[in-house]
Amino acid sequence: MKLNYSQAMALAVRESLQQDPNVFLIGSIFAGLSAAGRAAFTPLVQDFSSRVVPAPVSELGLCGTAIGAALSGCRPLLDIGTASFAFQAWAQLANEAPNIHYMSGGRTPVPATFYLMTGIRGAGAAQHSHRIQAMLGNVPGLQLVLPATPGDAYAMLKWALLESSSPTAYISHCQLLEDEHEVDLAAPALPIGKARISREGRDLTIVAHSVMVPRALAAADRLAAEHGIEAEVIDMRSLCPLDRETMVRSVAKTGRALIPDECHLSFGAGAELAATLARDAFSYLKAPVHRVATPDVPIPFSPVLESALIVTPEKIASEALAMLNFQKS
Amino acid sequence: MEDPVKHQKRLENMLRIRRFEEQVVRLSKAGGFPGHYHVYIGQEATAVTVCEQLEPHDMIFTTWRNHGHLLARGASPGRMLAEILGRATGLCRGKSGTLHLADKEIGMPATSAMVGGALPIATGAALGLKHRRSPGIVVAFFGDAALDEGAFYEAVNLAGLWKVPILYVCENNSIPPQKRRRGQFPSSSLNAAQLIDVPRALQIPSEVVDGADVDALCGCFRKLIAEVRTSASARFVEVRCTRWPGNVPLWPELPGGEWNLEWAFGAKPEPQDLAAWAEKSDPLLNYLRGLLEAGTLDRDIAFAVDARVRNEIADAVHFAESSPWPDPAEATRGTFAAERRT
Ligand SMILES: Cc1ncc(C[n+]2csc(CCOP(=O)(O)OP(=O)(O)O)c2C)c(N)n1
Ligand SMILES: [Mg+2]
Repeated sequence: MKLNYSQAMALAVRESLQQDPNVFLIGSIFAGLSAAGRAAFTPLVQDFSSRVVPAPVSELGLCGTAIGAALSGCRPLLDIGTASFAFQAWAQLANEAPNIHYMSGGRTPVPATFYLMTGIRGAGAAQHSHRIQAMLGNVPGLQLVLPATPGDAYAMLKWALLESSSPTAYISHCQLLEDEHEVDLAAPALPIGKARISREGRDLTIVAHSVMVPRALAAADRLAAEHGIEAEVIDMRSLCPLDRETMVRSVAKTGRALIPDECHLSFGAGAELAATLARDAFSYLKAPVHRVATPDVPIPFSPVLESALIVTPEKIASEALAMLNFQKS
Repeated sequence: MEDPVKHQKRLENMLRIRRFEEQVVRLSKAGGFPGHYHVYIGQEATAVTVCEQLEPHDMIFTTWRNHGHLLARGASPGRMLAEILGRATGLCRGKSGTLHLADKEIGMPATSAMVGGALPIATGAALGLKHRRSPGIVVAFFGDAALDEGAFYEAVNLAGLWKVPILYVCENNSIPPQKRRRGQFPSSSLNAAQLIDVPRALQIPSEVVDGADVDALCGCFRKLIAEVRTSASARFVEVRCTRWPGNVPLWPELPGGEWNLEWAFGAKPEPQDLAAWAEKSDPLLNYLRGLLEAGTLDRDIAFAVDARVRNEIADAVHFAESSPWPDPAEATRGTFAAERRT
């Protein structure tokens, strides 16, 4: 079945609502920024209006109420919307939800899912473009799933809503909402916490997540077509849990790792991945691990300025070429 | 009767905002700039009548719906439009775009596009003015949804506790709650009977004023701003505006095309909701009709003022469109300020 990313998310929510009466929604805009998102979610919200709590612009309160509902036996899905709005909810998201299970001596689970739309969206400027996965990645107790494909968008959301017992930040990306792929809903899903080899290759490993996955694949196509270089592309899928093993195994084969990351360079998600490889894959590395990330500046509005900062397939490919030319002196 | 020149000036200031915003809608639809945006049509009288009462050392904070506030305070329409188009000559060098327009020179140093984001900042600016014994005051403009956010409550409480000179201007442009449809931006979803019940509970003197009645607005702001100045303490006002039919969340429309001066002389706009709005709720038309009736203004003068404003805005559009793009290297400049010199 052909599904776009938004349809895949809406289908996962629909099936979860049908399968578990404890699932309900707080807020109802979800991927409302995109036409695909509105088309997918509007009928869902209409069909399940009694399972949708309308939400004022109260991110902090909403986030806390989702946690509270989870404590009283529900499995809420909270629409925080643009990931930048999560800063308004930070106290609950980072300092309440993730601690509760641990602090209760393992007695109180928090099965709440926080829907977030991350990324440089085009014209979002500094305040609507944040990528917050690295910041949340530094908070133990919060699961971070970042589906890059409609198939994962579907499977990971169903997992969060129906199976997980821990708070989950479900981080979609503004630039992925319209992407359409063939999805086999009956196929067994790759377990959460397992990375996927999206493209096999021998010459270097590109370790990607979220919107970096399609861009890394485009870079790999270009490297193959123009330079005969075969890049292996890994889709990390989740940052917590983090599949360090698949990454290290791939680098053991290729000897080189490039990490494209839409986070800012300093302390971004790529920093954790690079540090892991620098230690666990040290003996396989033929060149230093490289990152291509968003420079350490707020995102500007002007299309000319914004595009200067974007991690594009071109930048990924040219960094890969630079790495392959590296000589140990 | 006040001086006719003053009325003409006020009319011109309101029209400048309306004609500017029409060009913003046109430019967006023509692909002149990416992203969503918000216009101030239907609320012009509020910004204009507030700014008439302000002094150069006063400060203003606004939101994503900021164009009218900047224009009323005297920002350059050309440099504003250049910013909205992302050009090098823009007020913020292309960094801010429509959502974050700011102009430090006119006392509008920073604009947040987060709901409620500027309220604590504005309160702090008033604290700073007080600390420096400045004669200035602060005006904070914000939408009705700000009261949904905890930041609103904290900011207003601090202003009350600390006694700082600030006027909170809540521009309530919500459609009535019963007409709100699911899936639209939630707005004005407050459980209090009235918005002003909240600041009143915090002992902030609060009033409600009709945003379509220019005389009422003038009287209200003259009084409140004088009170803020003399008492050096906070006031709150809810301006009730009937939502202009083109105010569609994220992508405004111009139903009925450009605003037509003939609507003040008996002609009726096309779509019915716009006609109803033009009859009662458009502050500009209400004001014009009043001036015409009182004989303060005649048809020729009204058309001459409009022509002047249209020319000015056409020049601004030309300036913006013919401005260069920023140097891409500008993207990585300006994260930190230069160290202060000793
Ligand atoms: C913290 C935060 N949450 C959500 C949004 C998205 N948002 C932008 S405008 C808006 C509605 C604001 O309504 P109101 O305050 O009444 O202002 P209006 O646009 O009607 O002038 C929302 C929810 C935001 N900008 N910031
Ligand atoms: Mg409003």
